[in-house]
Amino acid sequence: MSGTTADPRLARPRKPPRRRVRLSWSDPVLRSIVWQILIIGIVVALLWYLISNTNHNLAARRIATGFGFLYQAASIPIGESLIPYTPAVDTYGYALLVGILNTLKVAVVGVVLATILGTLIGIGRLSRNWLVAKLAAIYVEGLRDIPLLLQLLFWYALLQGLPAPRQSLRIGDAVFLSNRGIKLPELIWAPAFTWAAVALLIGAVLTYAWSRRARRRQEATGEQPRVWPVALALLVVVPVIVWAALGAPFAWDKPALHGFNFTGGLTVTPEYTALLMGLVIYTAAYIAEIVRAGIQAVPQGQWEAAGALGLRHGVILRKIVLPQAMRVMIPPMTSQYLNLTKNSSLAVAIGYQDIVSIANTTLNQTGQAIEGIAVIMAVYLTISLSISLFMNWYNARIALVER
Amino acid sequence: MSQSQTAERRARPFPPEAPAIVLDHVNKWYGTMHVLRDVSMNVAQKERVVVCGPSGSGKSTMIRCINRLEIHQEGRIVVDGTELSDDLRALDTIRREVGMVFQSFNLFPHLTILQNLTLAPIWVRKMPKAEAEELAMNYLRRVKIPEQANKYPGQLSGGQQQRVAIARALCMKPKIMLFDEPTSALDPEMIKEVLDTMIELAESGMTMVCVTHEMGFARRVADRVVFMDRGEIVESGTPERMFEHPETDRLKGFLSQILRGH
Amino acid sequence: MSGTAQIDPVPATAGATPAPVIEERRHAAPAGGPWAWARLNLFGSWWSTAVTLGLGALIVLWGVRLVEWAFINAVWSVPYNASGQPQTAACQEARGVGACWAIITDKYRLILFGRYPYEEQWRPAICIALFIGLYVVSAMRRFWRRELVLIWLVTLAVIGLLMWGGVLGLAFVPQDSWGGLPITLILATFGLAFSFPLSILVALGRRSTKLPAVKLLCVLYVELIRGVPLISLLFMASVMFPLFMPEGVNIDKVLRAQIAIILFAAAYLAEVVRGGLQALPKGQYEAADALGLTYWQKTGKIVLPQALRLVIPPLVNTFIGFFKDTSLVLIIGIFDLLLSGKIALSEPAWQSFSTEIYIVLAVIYFAFCFAMSKYSRGLERELGRATRR
Repeated sequence: MSGTTADPRLARPRKPPRRRVRLSWSDPVLRSIVWQILIIGIVVALLWYLISNTNHNLAARRIATGFGFLYQAASIPIGESLIPYTPAVDTYGYALLVGILNTLKVAVVGVVLATILGTLIGIGRLSRNWLVAKLAAIYVEGLRDIPLLLQLLFWYALLQGLPAPRQSLRIGDAVFLSNRGIKLPELIWAPAFTWAAVALLIGAVLTYAWSRRARRRQEATGEQPRVWPVALALLVVVPVIVWAALGAPFAWDKPALHGFNFTGGLTVTPEYTALLMGLVIYTAAYIAEIVRAGIQAVPQGQWEAAGALGLRHGVILRKIVLPQAMRVMIPPMTSQYLNLTKNSSLAVAIGYQDIVSIANTTLNQTGQAIEGIAVIMAVYLTISLSISLFMNWYNARIALVER
Repeated sequence: MSQSQTAERRARPFPPEAPAIVLDHVNKWYGTMHVLRDVSMNVAQKERVVVCGPSGSGKSTMIRCINRLEIHQEGRIVVDGTELSDDLRALDTIRREVGMVFQSFNLFPHLTILQNLTLAPIWVRKMPKAEAEELAMNYLRRVKIPEQANKYPGQLSGGQQQRVAIARALCMKPKIMLFDEPTSALDPEMIKEVLDTMIELAESGMTMVCVTHEMGFARRVADRVVFMDRGEIVESGTPERMFEHPETDRLKGFLSQILRGH
Repeated sequence: MSGTAQIDPVPATAGATPAPVIEERRHAAPAGGPWAWARLNLFGSWWSTAVTLGLGALIVLWGVRLVEWAFINAVWSVPYNASGQPQTAACQEARGVGACWAIITDKYRLILFGRYPYEEQWRPAICIALFIGLYVVSAMRRFWRRELVLIWLVTLAVIGLLMWGGVLGLAFVPQDSWGGLPITLILATFGLAFSFPLSILVALGRRSTKLPAVKLLCVLYVELIRGVPLISLLFMASVMFPLFMPEGVNIDKVLRAQIAIILFAAAYLAEVVRGGLQALPKGQYEAADALGLTYWQKTGKIVLPQALRLVIPPLVNTFIGFFKDTSLVLIIGIFDLLLSGKIALSEPAWQSFSTEIYIVLAVIYFAFCFAMSKYSRGLERELGRATRR
């Protein structure tokens, strides 16, 4: 716009002169170099002192360093695992992998559920209904000010206080609540389900294609073809028809009481339930505040301007308010997801075998304290880094829309 | 206007020469604060009305009632033959016919200028995208900033943003334009470019209601000036009459303040 | 111009009545009062009405049951047998329908003071009062001066004196026997007192442009600590720390946990402080430079006083976080408030009354945290008003 008119004197670009370091204390560059050498020197000396002490102590206690123990057979009993595991046969490395998967299992499910619950409560706080807004506020205020660990212990004690399997609370004849956890019926898998799943997958692809086509059509003609009836047909009706055409097999493996415990069905352990409940309920309080702040960060004028143009409420929310609110919400959301993941390490207090718990047992059994803690830290650093990288990428993507 | 006349008018289909906007004994409260007191006013087709008055006099509230950004509690507002009510279809119709320009622009910061302009034609008028973009470029040329089409609002000056906001409202081809202090948030050197756009619009025969303190603008284009104070219409008349021979003390006081201020 | 003699059907309200004094309204605002309020806020639409009625019914139902459990059917005390053992039959009977507050009346000294010698427990009690006094004084704006540092130092010294004893005729109490609420307050407060100055240095280091190596060091420190859970640092303190020390040097477990908490807190506080440094307008730095102030003069007299004031609300929020996080030391077996609560539960007679204990602990934590967060929000509003003006 305001073009810099070429000055003839600037025609030949000239490099700035190189600064030379003077050997004088009044030289800023020299001074900064000396300061840096000094500070780094102190830190390195401290580290060297600690490491030499450690080496000395390890030698005195005859502890060999290194990760060789990862290949030894682990005698850790593990209550629940996503992959088959046999104590005293599988190695410590494998046991740690089980722990990592258990951590991910609670973190991933926790993030999803906490986001849903938190969003509902955050919107509830903005409700025009006084009672709803007040209850949401009490939820947020109350749960944020009580330590998560205390909440976890409370939920765990509550689940432990449930009756024994023989007197368990039941919903129908298939769901049982007892101090051994929640028992759910398990669907017996039949080929028809596989085909229905395939149909669902194809349906999802077609739905996506249809919605793209609808958008192109709108751009071309202005018509706005409805997407949801097609989506419903492709995602629900067709898979159900496929399943029905293959004989509509349907059988549950229901849990049944035999003696003092259950057989069959799916088990959700009380440890997992308590940890998940605690993490979700606690984190949702923080997410609710983020959602509320995000929505409130969009100025009233945006609603008014969009309304004055005749846009409908749904379109305003989708096209104007949410895209702007999301930009405000993503950075704090990311740190909440990270917090939830890091907080899942409290599992060790209620006996859920996540990575911290298994690494802790490992270091107690093998005496490899440094390596054990290094494993814990490496795992969390990797998870933290992955989540923040992903969220940074996503944030950059939606921020690109702006500038 | 008596009750029977009102009923009669409501029953008859609106004649083509009927006023574009009718405000009939409109009252509004915020809590217990009475912000509009029995405001009655008609705006004819193609008429240009300038509303002025001290801050807090209810002029913005009144103009925002016309497209129902604020809801009046008593009285009647009829816009282009449609009475404002709880009915959502009536609201949709009015919002389509009435364009609005705000003091703080209220452009959508996450959309480009072009997207700001085409959003409503696409989603409300169900216009094909290409056609909407052509329309938008037309209006951008009219407000003299077609080269900014692919920038974002944050990259434009205040005056340019306000011109975009005017173009955005025009893209809906409204019959009536409302301006709520369109130049109050602008630096002096940018006021002129916005006023020029508004003058051009006025000369093209648009029905306009404009809340502003720009007396030069009022003299040049207004058919009528309405002076509001403390929630009521105190005085109205041609700009010349109002500015040269104010009748009420309140308008005299207001004019002397404005003149002192400039 | 077509119409200046306009269709103006109601000239009456216009110029005709010059009324400088506004007459009182002919009709009042639509009726106010509780009923109108309820119609607007509780029964605004049929949907809102349904939600209100549904939630209202649940609140009444559960509220009644809660009152019955917590008060009407509750057991407040139990008899003791000859050997001083509590007889909890009454509590066992009331299980499920009434709370057993007897466990609190029996165990509150253990929960609050841990294993501190029974006759000497007035000392930790005074310490708790001192801590609370310290918080209250720090919260008052008229004490936001240099002297506050002195107040902190003196109070913390007095607290140390009272807890350890060994002088002035006070019996010596080793750190192993401390426990309960004082441990929680000590970990949180000493943690803040030491991590705060450290965090300022780290934040300044991270902002420094002239010392890239120091900046890198600070970035590494902050990001590493923030990337791992506090538990892993506490484990490090409990199992790895002894390995770091030269032979024969043995640092107490509470102190080791305290160091871990300080290092952890400093990383988070440094980020908050950095936010304040960034929020300060560049002109302030330039003005200080133009006056010829040295780096430390500029930082100490111009930058920090303003930057820290900007971030007091988030600092308080971070502090609330640490206060809650001190409960994690339970996992490495330090006798804080939460662990003493759990110990109280370990007695066979009381084993099944965890709910009551946890509720009381939650109330204690809540009281501290809620007071702080209420204060931080009030402050935020006040400071926000001041800067906007």
